[in-house]
Amino acid sequence: MKLLTLNFLTCARRTCKSSPLSFPLHPCDAELEIADVDFSLDFLRNILPRLEWDAMVALCSELSLPLSATVPAAAELSGAGDEPTQSAKDLHHLLLETNITAGKLVCGNCGHEYAIKEGIANFLLPAHMV
Amino acid sequence: MKDYLVRLVQVHDTFRVPELEALAEMAGVELEVVKYANDSPYCTIRLPSTAAASALISRSILGSAIYELWGSGTTYDDLHDSVKSRTQELWLLYKSVSFRFSVDTFQGKRSTSAQREIIESFSYVGFDGPIKMNNPEEEFVVFEEYGFRAPDPHKFYFGRLIATSARDVVQKYDLKKRRYISTTSMDSELALITANLVLAAPGKLFYDPFVGTGSFPIATAHFGAKALGSDLDGRSIRGTKDRNVLSNFEQYGLNGSWVDGFVADLTNVPLRIGKGRWLDGVVCDPPYGVREGLKVLGKEGVGTEPVYVDGILAHLEGYIPPKRAYSFEAMLGDILDFATATLVDRGRLAMWMPTANDEDIDLAIPSHPCLKLVSVCVQPFNKWSRRLLIYRRIPDSKVDGEAAAVRKKRVVGCGLKADDLNAFRKKYFQGFKEQNPNLEDGGGEK
Repeated sequence: MKLLTLNFLTCARRTCKSSPLSFPLHPCDAELEIADVDFSLDFLRNILPRLEWDAMVALCSELSLPLSATVPAAAELSGAGDEPTQSAKDLHHLLLETNITAGKLVCGNCGHEYAIKEGIANFLLPAHMV
Repeated sequence: MKDYLVRLVQVHDTFRVPELEALAEMAGVELEVVKYANDSPYCTIRLPSTAAASALISRSILGSAIYELWGSGTTYDDLHDSVKSRTQELWLLYKSVSFRFSVDTFQGKRSTSAQREIIESFSYVGFDGPIKMNNPEEEFVVFEEYGFRAPDPHKFYFGRLIATSARDVVQKYDLKKRRYISTTSMDSELALITANLVLAAPGKLFYDPFVGTGSFPIATAHFGAKALGSDLDGRSIRGTKDRNVLSNFEQYGLNGSWVDGFVADLTNVPLRIGKGRWLDGVVCDPPYGVREGLKVLGKEGVGTEPVYVDGILAHLEGYIPPKRAYSFEAMLGDILDFATATLVDRGRLAMWMPTANDEDIDLAIPSHPCLKLVSVCVQPFNKWSRRLLIYRRIPDSKVDGEAAAVRKKRVVGCGLKADDLNAFRKKYFQGFKEQNPNLEDGGGEK
Protein backbone atom coordinates (compact mmCIF):
# COMPACT_ATOMS: atom_id res chain seq x y z
CA MET A 1 0.00 0.00 0.00
CA LYS A 2 1.44 3.31 -1.11
CA LEU A 3 1.74 6.16 1.36
CA LEU A 4 -0.32 8.24 -1.07
CA THR A 5 -3.29 5.92 -0.54
CA LEU A 6 -3.08 6.47 3.21
CA ASN A 7 -3.89 10.12 2.61
CA PHE A 8 -7.30 9.06 1.33
CA LEU A 9 -8.12 6.36 3.86
CA THR A 10 -10.17 6.75 7.01
CA CYS A 11 -11.82 4.37 9.42
CA ALA A 12 -14.56 2.38 7.67
CA ARG A 13 -17.01 2.67 10.59
CA ARG A 14 -19.76 5.16 9.95
CA THR A 15 -19.77 6.29 13.55
CA CYS A 16 -16.12 7.32 13.19
CA LYS A 17 -16.58 9.38 10.03
CA SER A 18 -17.57 12.53 11.91
CA SER A 19 -14.60 12.35 14.26
CA PRO A 20 -11.40 14.17 13.20
CA LEU A 21 -9.47 11.40 14.99
CA SER A 22 -10.48 8.81 12.38
CA PHE A 23 -8.17 10.42 9.80
CA PRO A 24 -5.43 9.66 9.10
CA LEU A 25 -5.16 6.04 10.15
CA HIS A 26 -2.05 5.21 12.13
CA PRO A 27 0.32 2.53 10.84
CA CYS A 28 1.42 -0.03 13.40
CA ASP A 29 4.16 -2.68 13.03
CA ALA A 30 4.51 -1.46 9.44
CA GLU A 31 6.99 -3.15 7.11
CA LEU A 32 8.13 -0.72 4.43
CA GLU A 33 9.32 -1.56 0.95
CA ILE A 34 10.42 0.58 -1.99
CA ALA A 35 9.11 -0.24 -5.47
CA ASP A 36 9.97 1.79 -8.59
CA VAL A 37 7.17 3.75 -10.26
CA ASP A 38 7.57 5.85 -13.41
CA PHE A 39 7.74 9.52 -12.53
CA SER A 40 4.79 11.65 -13.60
CA LEU A 41 4.88 15.38 -13.13
CA ASP A 42 1.28 15.65 -14.37
CA PHE A 43 0.14 13.41 -11.57
CA LEU A 44 2.08 15.21 -8.85
CA ARG A 45 0.74 18.57 -9.99
CA ASN A 46 -2.80 17.24 -10.06
CA ILE A 47 -2.72 15.42 -6.74
CA LEU A 48 -0.70 17.83 -4.60
CA PRO A 49 -3.54 20.32 -3.96
CA ARG A 50 -5.81 17.43 -2.98
CA LEU A 51 -3.56 16.04 -0.27
CA GLU A 52 -4.21 16.68 3.39
CA TRP A 53 -0.68 17.82 4.07
CA ASP A 54 -0.91 17.77 7.88
CA ALA A 55 -1.97 14.13 7.71
CA MET A 56 0.98 13.43 5.39
CA VAL A 57 3.35 15.07 7.88
CA ALA A 58 1.86 13.12 10.79
CA LEU A 59 2.15 9.84 8.90
CA CYS A 60 5.77 10.49 7.97
CA SER A 61 6.72 11.33 11.52
CA GLU A 62 5.10 8.11 12.73
CA LEU A 63 7.11 6.17 10.15
CA SER A 64 10.26 8.26 10.85
CA LEU A 65 10.41 9.49 7.26
CA PRO A 66 11.44 13.04 6.42
CA LEU A 67 8.84 15.48 5.12
CA SER A 68 8.67 19.25 5.15
CA ALA A 69 5.99 20.73 7.37
CA THR A 70 4.75 23.01 4.60
CA VAL A 71 3.23 21.96 1.29
CA PRO A 72 5.61 22.51 -1.61
CA ALA A 73 4.24 25.13 -3.99
CA ALA A 74 3.33 23.98 -7.47
CA ALA A 75 6.18 26.11 -8.83
CA GLU A 76 8.70 24.11 -6.76
CA LEU A 77 7.92 20.90 -8.66
CA SER A 78 9.59 21.80 -11.92
CA GLY A 79 12.51 23.93 -13.02
CA ALA A 80 13.63 25.16 -16.42
CA GLY A 81 12.20 23.21 -19.37
CA ASP A 82 9.69 21.42 -17.14
CA GLU A 83 12.51 19.36 -15.59
CA PRO A 84 11.30 17.91 -12.28
CA THR A 85 13.12 19.31 -9.25
CA GLN A 86 14.70 17.21 -6.54
CA SER A 87 11.81 18.02 -4.23
CA ALA A 88 9.36 16.70 -6.85
CA LYS A 89 11.38 13.50 -7.15
CA ASP A 90 11.50 13.14 -3.37
CA LEU A 91 7.77 13.63 -3.14
CA HIS A 92 7.19 11.05 -5.88
CA HIS A 93 9.45 8.62 -4.03
CA LEU A 94 7.56 9.14 -0.80
CA LEU A 95 4.02 9.07 -2.15
CA LEU A 96 4.24 6.46 -4.87
CA GLU A 97 7.36 4.36 -4.33
CA THR A 98 7.17 3.82 -0.58
CA ASN A 99 4.85 0.94 0.30
CA ILE A 100 3.57 -0.66 3.47
CA THR A 101 3.63 -4.37 2.74
CA ALA A 102 2.50 -5.67 6.11
CA GLY A 103 1.24 -4.38 9.42
CA LYS A 104 -1.88 -2.75 10.74
CA LEU A 105 -3.74 0.51 10.36
CA VAL A 106 -5.31 1.81 13.54
CA CYS A 107 -8.22 4.23 13.87
CA GLY A 108 -7.42 7.05 16.29
CA ASN A 109 -11.05 7.30 17.32
CA CYS A 110 -12.30 3.75 17.95
CA GLY A 111 -8.97 1.93 18.05
CA HIS A 112 -10.09 -0.61 15.47
CA GLU A 113 -7.20 -2.30 13.67
CA TYR A 114 -7.20 -3.08 9.96
CA ALA A 115 -4.70 -5.67 8.78
CA ILE A 116 -2.42 -5.13 5.77
CA LYS A 117 -1.12 -8.28 4.13
CA GLU A 118 1.00 -8.42 0.98
CA GLY A 119 0.32 -4.70 0.58
CA ILE A 120 -3.44 -5.13 0.53
CA ALA A 121 -5.44 -3.69 3.43
CA ASN A 122 -8.66 -5.29 4.57
CA PHE A 123 -11.37 -2.85 5.62
CA LEU A 124 -14.19 -5.33 6.06
CA LEU A 125 -15.72 -4.74 9.46
CA PRO A 126 -16.66 -7.63 11.68
CA ALA A 127 -20.43 -8.05 12.13
CA HIS A 128 -20.54 -6.38 15.56
CA MET A 129 -19.26 -3.09 14.11
CA VAL A 130 -21.43 -2.69 11.03
CA MET B 1 -15.67 25.59 -38.58
CA LYS B 2 -15.33 22.91 -41.28
CA ASP B 3 -17.16 19.70 -42.03
CA TYR B 4 -15.50 16.36 -41.36
CA LEU B 5 -16.71 12.82 -41.87
CA VAL B 6 -16.08 10.31 -39.09
CA ARG B 7 -16.05 6.68 -40.17
CA LEU B 8 -17.55 4.95 -37.13
CA VAL B 9 -17.68 1.23 -36.50
CA GLN B 10 -21.15 -0.23 -36.55
CA VAL B 11 -21.15 -1.59 -32.97
CA HIS B 12 -22.30 -0.14 -29.64
CA ASP B 13 -24.11 2.53 -31.66
CA THR B 14 -25.53 4.58 -28.78
CA PHE B 15 -22.01 4.98 -27.33
CA ARG B 16 -20.62 6.64 -30.42
CA VAL B 17 -21.77 10.25 -30.15
CA PRO B 18 -21.09 10.39 -26.38
CA GLU B 19 -17.57 9.17 -27.14
CA LEU B 20 -17.04 11.87 -29.79
CA GLU B 21 -18.31 14.50 -27.36
CA ALA B 22 -16.00 13.25 -24.60
CA LEU B 23 -13.04 13.23 -26.99
CA ALA B 24 -13.85 16.80 -28.04
CA GLU B 25 -14.00 17.89 -24.39
CA MET B 26 -10.61 16.29 -23.70
CA ALA B 27 -9.05 17.81 -26.82
CA GLY B 28 -10.56 21.14 -25.83
CA VAL B 29 -12.26 21.65 -29.21
CA GLU B 30 -15.72 22.76 -30.11
CA LEU B 31 -17.76 20.00 -31.74
CA GLU B 32 -21.05 20.14 -33.58
CA VAL B 33 -22.67 16.89 -34.73
CA VAL B 34 -24.26 17.74 -38.08
CA LYS B 35 -25.58 14.40 -39.19
CA TYR B 36 -25.74 11.16 -37.26
CA ALA B 37 -27.95 8.08 -37.34
CA ASN B 38 -27.73 4.95 -35.18
CA ASP B 39 -27.93 2.72 -38.27
CA SER B 40 -25.14 4.45 -40.19
CA PRO B 41 -21.35 4.37 -39.72
CA TYR B 42 -20.95 7.78 -41.37
CA CYS B 43 -21.24 10.77 -39.10
CA THR B 44 -20.75 14.36 -40.24
CA ILE B 45 -19.33 16.72 -37.65
CA ARG B 46 -18.14 20.30 -37.63
CA LEU B 47 -14.78 21.18 -36.07
CA PRO B 48 -12.61 24.30 -35.96
CA SER B 49 -9.60 22.79 -37.72
CA THR B 50 -7.85 19.78 -39.21
CA ALA B 51 -5.56 19.70 -36.17
CA ALA B 52 -8.68 19.42 -33.99
CA ALA B 53 -9.88 16.53 -36.16
CA SER B 54 -6.59 14.67 -35.66
CA ALA B 55 -6.63 15.29 -31.93
CA LEU B 56 -10.22 14.14 -31.66
CA ILE B 57 -9.85 10.83 -33.48
CA SER B 58 -6.49 9.85 -31.99
CA ARG B 59 -8.10 8.26 -28.90
CA SER B 60 -11.32 7.07 -30.45
CA ILE B 61 -12.35 3.46 -29.97
CA LEU B 62 -15.64 3.60 -31.88
CA GLY B 63 -14.40 5.71 -34.78
CA SER B 64 -11.87 4.23 -37.19
CA ALA B 65 -10.82 7.37 -39.08
CA ILE B 66 -11.70 11.00 -39.78
CA TYR B 67 -11.88 12.60 -43.24
CA GLU B 68 -12.06 16.12 -44.54
CA LEU B 69 -15.50 16.09 -46.16
CA TRP B 70 -15.21 17.02 -49.85
CA GLY B 71 -18.79 16.27 -50.81
CA SER B 72 -21.92 14.23 -50.24
CA GLY B 73 -25.05 13.35 -52.16
CA THR B 74 -27.80 10.86 -52.79
CA THR B 75 -26.59 10.03 -56.32
CA TYR B 76 -23.18 10.12 -57.99
CA ASP B 77 -24.22 13.19 -59.98
CA ASP B 78 -25.12 14.89 -56.71
CA LEU B 79 -21.82 13.88 -55.16
CA HIS B 80 -19.76 15.16 -58.10
CA ASP B 81 -21.63 18.48 -58.08
CA SER B 82 -21.06 18.76 -54.35
CA VAL B 83 -17.32 18.00 -54.66
CA LYS B 84 -16.92 20.47 -57.54
CA SER B 85 -18.68 23.30 -55.75
CA ARG B 86 -17.02 22.75 -52.35
CA THR B 87 -13.42 21.90 -53.14
CA GLN B 88 -12.37 23.17 -56.56
CA GLU B 89 -9.82 25.54 -55.01
CA LEU B 90 -8.26 22.63 -53.05
CA TRP B 91 -7.48 20.42 -56.03
CA LEU B 92 -4.30 22.26 -56.90
CA LEU B 93 -2.86 21.56 -53.44
CA TYR B 94 -2.80 17.84 -54.16
CA LYS B 95 -1.85 18.02 -57.84
CA SER B 96 1.56 16.43 -57.56
CA VAL B 97 1.59 14.50 -54.26
CA SER B 98 1.50 10.71 -54.18
CA PHE B 99 -2.02 9.53 -53.49
CA ARG B 100 -4.39 6.65 -53.35
CA PHE B 101 -8.12 6.35 -54.00
CA SER B 102 -10.34 3.70 -52.47
CA VAL B 103 -14.01 2.81 -52.15
CA ASP B 104 -15.56 2.07 -48.75
CA THR B 105 -18.98 0.43 -48.86
CA PHE B 106 -21.30 -0.14 -45.93
CA GLN B 107 -23.70 -3.09 -46.26
CA GLY B 108 -22.83 -3.40 -49.94
CA LYS B 109 -20.16 -4.69 -52.32
CA ARG B 110 -18.42 -3.46 -55.46
CA SER B 111 -16.31 -5.57 -57.78
CA THR B 112 -12.77 -4.35 -58.50
CA SER B 113 -13.78 -3.17 -61.96
CA ALA B 114 -16.81 -1.29 -60.61
CA GLN B 115 -14.52 0.34 -58.01
CA ARG B 116 -12.11 1.39 -60.74
CA GLU B 117 -14.98 2.92 -62.69
CA ILE B 118 -16.13 4.86 -59.62
CA ILE B 119 -12.61 6.11 -58.93
CA GLU B 120 -12.10 7.17 -62.54
CA SER B 121 -15.27 9.23 -62.45
CA PHE B 122 -13.34 11.57 -60.13
CA SER B 123 -10.60 12.22 -62.71
CA TYR B 124 -11.72 15.86 -63.01
CA VAL B 125 -9.82 16.69 -59.80
CA GLY B 126 -6.73 16.39 -61.99
CA PHE B 127 -4.23 14.75 -59.60
CA ASP B 128 -1.01 14.03 -61.53
CA GLY B 129 1.10 12.66 -58.68
CA PRO B 130 2.16 9.01 -58.47
CA ILE B 131 -0.44 6.50 -57.28
CA LYS B 132 0.91 4.59 -54.28
CA MET B 133 -1.05 1.83 -52.63
CA ASN B 134 1.24 1.82 -49.58
CA ASN B 135 1.91 4.94 -47.52
CA PRO B 136 0.73 7.54 -50.00
CA GLU B 137 0.96 11.17 -48.92
CA GLU B 138 -2.77 11.61 -49.35
CA GLU B 139 -5.63 9.15 -49.30
CA PHE B 140 -9.05 9.83 -50.82
CA VAL B 141 -12.06 7.65 -50.15
CA VAL B 142 -15.45 7.31 -51.82
CA PHE B 143 -18.07 6.10 -49.33
CA GLU B 144 -21.21 4.29 -50.39
CA GLU B 145 -23.95 3.60 -47.87
CA TYR B 146 -26.51 0.90 -48.65
CA GLY B 147 -29.74 0.24 -46.81
CA PHE B 148 -30.08 -3.20 -45.24
CA ARG B 149 -30.16 -5.71 -48.16
CA ALA B 150 -30.74 -2.86 -50.62
CA PRO B 151 -29.29 -3.51 -54.13
CA ASP B 152 -28.02 0.07 -54.57
CA PRO B 153 -26.47 2.65 -52.29
CA HIS B 154 -28.62 5.58 -51.21
CA LYS B 155 -25.95 7.91 -49.84
CA PHE B 156 -22.49 8.89 -51.05
CA TYR B 157 -19.58 10.79 -49.48
CA PHE B 158 -16.14 11.74 -50.67
CA GLY B 159 -13.36 12.68 -48.30
CA ARG B 160 -9.63 13.14 -47.74
CA LEU B 161 -8.14 11.07 -44.92
CA ILE B 162 -6.93 13.18 -41.99
CA ALA B 163 -6.06 10.55 -39.39
CA THR B 164 -6.91 7.07 -38.22
CA SER B 165 -7.93 6.16 -34.67
CA ALA B 166 -6.48 4.04 -31.89
CA ARG B 167 -9.01 1.30 -32.36
CA ASP B 168 -6.27 -1.35 -32.66
CA VAL B 169 -5.71 -1.18 -28.90
CA VAL B 170 -8.94 -3.10 -28.41
CA GLN B 171 -7.03 -6.18 -29.58
CA LYS B 172 -4.09 -5.44 -27.30
CA TYR B 173 -6.34 -5.53 -24.23
CA ASP B 174 -8.50 -8.44 -25.44
CA LEU B 175 -9.65 -10.49 -22.44
CA LYS B 176 -8.68 -13.71 -24.23
CA LYS B 177 -5.06 -12.65 -23.99
CA ARG B 178 -5.26 -11.22 -20.46
CA ARG B 179 -3.65 -13.46 -17.88
CA TYR B 180 -6.05 -12.80 -15.02
CA ILE B 181 -9.80 -12.43 -15.60
CA SER B 182 -13.05 -13.60 -14.04
CA THR B 183 -16.60 -14.27 -15.23
CA THR B 184 -17.55 -10.62 -14.83
CA SER B 185 -14.48 -8.91 -16.32
CA MET B 186 -15.54 -6.04 -18.58
CA ASP B 187 -14.87 -6.57 -22.26
CA SER B 188 -11.79 -4.55 -23.33
CA GLU B 189 -13.58 -2.50 -25.97
CA LEU B 190 -16.30 -1.34 -23.57
CA ALA B 191 -13.78 -0.71 -20.80
CA LEU B 192 -11.73 1.52 -23.13
CA ILE B 193 -14.86 3.38 -24.26
CA THR B 194 -15.82 3.86 -20.62
CA ALA B 195 -12.34 5.28 -19.96
CA ASN B 196 -12.85 7.75 -22.82
CA LEU B 197 -16.25 8.75 -21.45
CA VAL B 198 -14.80 9.59 -18.03
CA LEU B 199 -12.05 11.62 -19.71
CA ALA B 200 -9.16 9.48 -18.46
CA ALA B 201 -5.87 11.30 -19.11
CA PRO B 202 -2.32 11.58 -17.75
CA GLY B 203 -2.15 12.89 -14.19
CA LYS B 204 -5.70 11.96 -13.22
CA LEU B 205 -6.80 9.66 -10.41
CA PHE B 206 -9.73 7.24 -10.73
CA TYR B 207 -11.42 4.82 -8.36
CA ASP B 208 -13.36 1.64 -9.02
CA PRO B 209 -15.30 0.42 -5.95
CA PHE B 210 -16.10 -2.94 -7.60
CA VAL B 211 -12.72 -3.49 -9.15
CA GLY B 212 -12.80 -7.28 -9.60
CA THR B 213 -9.88 -8.18 -11.86
CA GLY B 214 -9.16 -4.54 -12.72
CA SER B 215 -10.68 -4.09 -16.19
CA PHE B 216 -11.52 -0.40 -15.74
CA PRO B 217 -8.29 0.67 -14.03
CA ILE B 218 -6.37 -1.02 -16.86
CA ALA B 219 -8.40 0.92 -19.43
CA THR B 220 -7.92 4.26 -17.65
CA ALA B 221 -4.22 3.39 -17.26
CA HIS B 222 -3.93 2.90 -21.01
CA PHE B 223 -4.80 6.59 -21.33
CA GLY B 224 -2.21 7.55 -18.73
CA ALA B 225 -4.34 7.86 -15.59
CA LYS B 226 -3.74 6.22 -12.22
CA ALA B 227 -6.35 4.27 -10.30
CA LEU B 228 -7.35 2.90 -6.93
CA GLY B 229 -9.67 -0.06 -6.67
CA SER B 230 -11.49 -1.94 -3.99
CA ASP B 231 -13.67 -4.99 -3.85
CA LEU B 232 -15.76 -6.73 -1.24
CA ASP B 233 -14.07 -9.95 -2.27
CA GLY B 234 -10.39 -9.73 -1.40
CA ARG B 235 -9.68 -12.87 -3.38
CA SER B 236 -10.32 -11.06 -6.66
CA ILE B 237 -7.64 -8.44 -5.95
CA ARG B 238 -5.10 -10.86 -4.48
CA GLY B 239 -5.69 -13.57 -7.09
CA THR B 240 -2.83 -16.03 -6.95
CA LYS B 241 0.90 -15.50 -6.71
CA ASP B 242 1.43 -14.69 -10.38
CA ARG B 243 -2.10 -13.95 -11.56
CA ASN B 244 -3.68 -10.97 -9.86
CA VAL B 245 -4.71 -7.38 -10.54
CA LEU B 246 -1.13 -6.14 -10.32
CA SER B 247 0.11 -8.84 -12.71
CA ASN B 248 -2.45 -7.63 -15.27
CA PHE B 249 -0.92 -4.15 -15.10
CA GLU B 250 2.53 -5.70 -15.45
CA GLN B 251 1.39 -7.63 -18.51
CA TYR B 252 0.71 -4.33 -20.27
CA GLY B 253 3.68 -2.47 -18.80
CA LEU B 254 1.40 -0.20 -16.79
CA ASN B 255 2.63 -1.06 -13.26
CA GLY B 256 2.93 2.53 -12.08
CA SER B 257 -0.69 3.28 -12.93
CA TRP B 258 -2.12 0.92 -10.33
CA VAL B 259 -1.98 2.87 -7.10
CA ASP B 260 -3.54 0.33 -4.74
CA GLY B 261 -6.22 -2.23 -4.24
CA PHE B 262 -7.91 -2.82 -0.91
CA VAL B 263 -10.73 -4.92 0.46
CA ALA B 264 -13.76 -2.80 1.33
CA ASP B 265 -17.47 -2.43 1.01
CA LEU B 266 -19.03 0.67 -0.56
CA THR B 267 -21.61 0.99 2.21
CA ASN B 268 -18.78 1.21 4.78
CA VAL B 269 -16.18 2.76 2.55
CA PRO B 270 -12.87 3.64 4.26
CA LEU B 271 -12.24 6.66 2.04
CA ARG B 272 -11.95 10.29 3.01
CA ILE B 273 -15.25 12.06 2.56
CA GLY B 274 -16.10 15.67 3.24
CA LYS B 275 -12.56 17.04 3.62
CA GLY B 276 -12.13 18.27 0.08
CA ARG B 277 -12.85 16.31 -3.04
CA TRP B 278 -9.96 14.42 -4.60
CA LEU B 279 -11.05 12.03 -7.38
CA ASP B 280 -11.14 12.82 -11.12
CA GLY B 281 -13.49 9.97 -11.76
CA VAL B 282 -15.36 7.00 -10.36
CA VAL B 283 -15.80 4.09 -12.75
CA CYS B 284 -17.81 1.04 -11.85
CA ASP B 285 -19.87 -1.91 -12.93
CA PRO B 286 -21.74 -2.74 -9.72
CA PRO B 287 -22.88 -6.33 -9.24
CA TYR B 288 -26.55 -6.57 -10.07
CA GLY B 289 -27.32 -10.14 -9.33
CA VAL B 290 -27.29 -11.65 -12.81
CA ARG B 291 -23.93 -13.32 -12.43
CA GLU B 292 -22.83 -12.08 -9.01
CA GLY B 293 -25.11 -11.77 -6.00
CA LEU B 294 -25.45 -8.37 -4.40
CA LYS B 295 -24.00 -8.31 -0.89
CA VAL B 296 -22.76 -5.83 1.70
CA LEU B 297 -21.34 -6.31 5.16
CA GLY B 298 -23.59 -7.36 8.01
CA LYS B 299 -26.05 -10.11 8.71
CA GLU B 300 -29.69 -10.37 9.62
CA GLY B 301 -29.93 -10.10 13.41
CA VAL B 302 -26.57 -8.37 13.61
CA GLY B 303 -24.07 -9.92 16.00
CA THR B 304 -22.92 -7.64 18.80
CA GLU B 305 -19.97 -9.58 20.16
CA PRO B 306 -16.48 -9.58 18.67
CA VAL B 307 -15.46 -12.97 17.32
CA TYR B 308 -12.29 -14.52 18.75
CA VAL B 309 -10.41 -17.45 17.29
CA ASP B 310 -7.74 -18.93 19.58
CA GLY B 311 -7.84 -15.81 21.71
CA ILE B 312 -7.07 -13.45 18.79
CA LEU B 313 -9.61 -11.01 17.36
CA ALA B 314 -10.80 -12.97 14.36
CA HIS B 315 -11.04 -10.03 11.97
CA LEU B 316 -7.26 -9.54 12.06
CA GLU B 317 -6.60 -13.05 10.74
CA GLY B 318 -8.18 -14.53 7.62
CA TYR B 319 -11.70 -14.12 9.01
CA ILE B 320 -14.48 -13.59 6.49
CA PRO B 321 -17.25 -11.42 7.93
CA PRO B 322 -20.88 -12.25 7.21
CA LYS B 323 -22.60 -10.42 4.39
CA ARG B 324 -26.22 -9.69 3.71
CA ALA B 325 -28.30 -9.10 0.62
CA TYR B 326 -28.64 -5.48 -0.44
CA SER B 327 -30.99 -3.59 -2.69
CA PHE B 328 -29.57 -2.62 -6.05
CA GLU B 329 -31.35 0.74 -5.99
CA ALA B 330 -29.92 1.55 -2.58
CA MET B 331 -26.48 0.68 -3.86
CA LEU B 332 -26.86 2.99 -6.87
CA GLY B 333 -27.90 5.74 -4.47
CA ASP B 334 -24.79 5.06 -2.37
CA ILE B 335 -22.58 5.29 -5.46
CA LEU B 336 -24.09 8.65 -6.43
CA ASP B 337 -23.63 9.97 -2.90
CA PHE B 338 -20.05 8.74 -2.81
CA ALA B 339 -19.27 10.30 -6.20
CA THR B 340 -20.80 13.59 -5.08
CA ALA B 341 -18.63 13.64 -1.98
CA THR B 342 -15.35 12.74 -3.70
CA LEU B 343 -15.37 13.98 -7.31
CA VAL B 344 -13.67 17.26 -8.14
CA ASP B 345 -15.72 19.79 -10.11
CA ARG B 346 -16.37 18.42 -13.62
CA GLY B 347 -15.08 15.03 -12.47
CA ARG B 348 -17.05 12.15 -13.93
CA LEU B 349 -18.90 9.09 -12.72
CA ALA B 350 -19.37 6.15 -15.07
CA MET B 351 -21.80 3.54 -13.83
CA TRP B 352 -23.07 0.45 -15.59
CA MET B 353 -26.54 -0.79 -14.71
CA PRO B 354 -29.14 -3.10 -16.21
CA THR B 355 -32.18 -1.41 -17.77
CA ALA B 356 -34.44 -3.84 -15.91
CA ASN B 357 -33.97 -6.07 -12.90
CA ASP B 358 -34.31 -9.83 -12.89
CA GLU B 359 -38.08 -9.51 -12.55
CA ASP B 360 -38.28 -7.48 -15.77
CA ILE B 361 -39.13 -4.28 -13.95
CA ASP B 362 -37.58 -1.22 -15.54
CA LEU B 363 -35.04 0.49 -13.32
CA ALA B 364 -35.21 4.26 -13.28
CA ILE B 365 -32.02 6.18 -14.06
CA PRO B 366 -30.91 7.43 -10.65
CA SER B 367 -30.37 11.14 -10.23
CA HIS B 368 -28.56 13.42 -7.80
CA PRO B 369 -28.79 17.21 -7.52
CA CYS B 370 -24.99 17.52 -7.58
CA LEU B 371 -24.51 15.31 -10.65
CA LYS B 372 -25.50 16.17 -14.20
CA LEU B 373 -26.39 13.22 -16.40
CA VAL B 374 -24.16 13.63 -19.45
CA SER B 375 -25.03 10.56 -21.49
CA VAL B 376 -26.93 7.30 -21.43
CA CYS B 377 -25.60 4.50 -23.64
CA VAL B 378 -27.41 1.20 -24.05
CA GLN B 379 -25.90 -2.20 -24.78
CA PRO B 380 -28.66 -4.64 -25.78
CA PHE B 381 -28.32 -8.37 -25.19
CA ASN B 382 -30.59 -11.16 -26.26
CA LYS B 383 -33.01 -11.06 -23.34
CA TRP B 384 -31.93 -7.99 -21.39
CA SER B 385 -29.90 -4.89 -21.82
CA ARG B 386 -27.63 -2.74 -19.71
CA ARG B 387 -26.72 0.87 -19.89
CA LEU B 388 -23.72 3.01 -19.14
CA LEU B 389 -24.60 6.21 -17.32
CA ILE B 390 -22.15 9.11 -17.34
CA TYR B 391 -22.51 11.92 -14.81
CA ARG B 392 -20.53 15.09 -14.31
CA ARG B 393 -20.00 16.69 -10.89
CA ILE B 394 -21.58 20.14 -10.84
CA PRO B 395 -19.62 22.82 -8.95
CA ASP B 396 -21.24 23.43 -5.54
CA SER B 397 -21.99 27.03 -6.49
CA LYS B 398 -24.26 25.81 -9.28
CA VAL B 399 -26.10 23.10 -7.34
CA ASP B 400 -29.76 23.63 -6.55
CA GLY B 401 -29.46 24.03 -2.77
CA GLU B 402 -33.02 23.02 -2.05
CA ALA B 403 -32.77 19.78 -4.02
CA ALA B 404 -29.45 18.97 -2.32
CA ALA B 405 -31.04 19.45 1.11
CA VAL B 406 -33.92 17.16 0.19
CA ARG B 407 -31.46 14.56 -1.03
CA LYS B 408 -29.54 14.70 2.24
CA LYS B 409 -32.72 14.19 4.21
CA ARG B 410 -33.69 11.25 2.08
CA VAL B 411 -30.45 9.49 2.74
CA VAL B 412 -30.63 10.04 6.47
CA GLY B 413 -34.37 9.43 6.56
CA CYS B 414 -34.55 5.95 5.10
CA GLY B 415 -31.01 4.97 5.99
CA LEU B 416 -30.59 3.01 2.77
CA LYS B 417 -30.66 -0.26 4.64
CA ALA B 418 -31.55 -3.59 3.15
CA ASP B 419 -35.19 -2.80 4.04
CA ASP B 420 -35.46 -1.02 0.69
CA LEU B 421 -35.01 -4.40 -0.92
CA ASN B 422 -38.67 -4.40 -1.79
CA ALA B 423 -38.57 -0.99 -3.47
CA PHE B 424 -38.60 -2.54 -6.94
CA ARG B 425 -41.76 -4.39 -6.19
CA LYS B 426 -43.44 -1.45 -4.44
CA LYS B 427 -42.59 0.84 -7.33
CA TYR B 428 -43.73 -1.70 -9.83
CA PHE B 429 -47.19 -1.88 -8.35
CA GLN B 430 -47.45 1.89 -7.99
CA GLY B 431 -46.35 2.41 -11.58
CA PHE B 432 -48.68 -0.28 -12.75
CA LYS B 433 -51.68 1.50 -11.22
CA GLU B 434 -50.69 4.86 -12.71
CA GLN B 435 -50.31 3.45 -16.17
CA ASN B 436 -53.52 1.41 -16.06
CA PRO B 437 -56.10 3.42 -14.13
CA ASN B 438 -58.88 1.17 -15.36
CA LEU B 439 -57.37 -1.98 -14.07
CA GLU B 440 -59.14 -1.84 -10.70
CA ASP B 441 -62.50 -1.60 -12.46
CA GLY B 442 -61.64 -4.69 -14.43
CA GLY B 443 -61.97 -6.66 -11.21
CA GLY B 444 -60.72 -10.10 -10.40
CA GLU B 445 -57.11 -9.17 -11.24
CA LYS B 446 -54.81 -9.49 -8.30
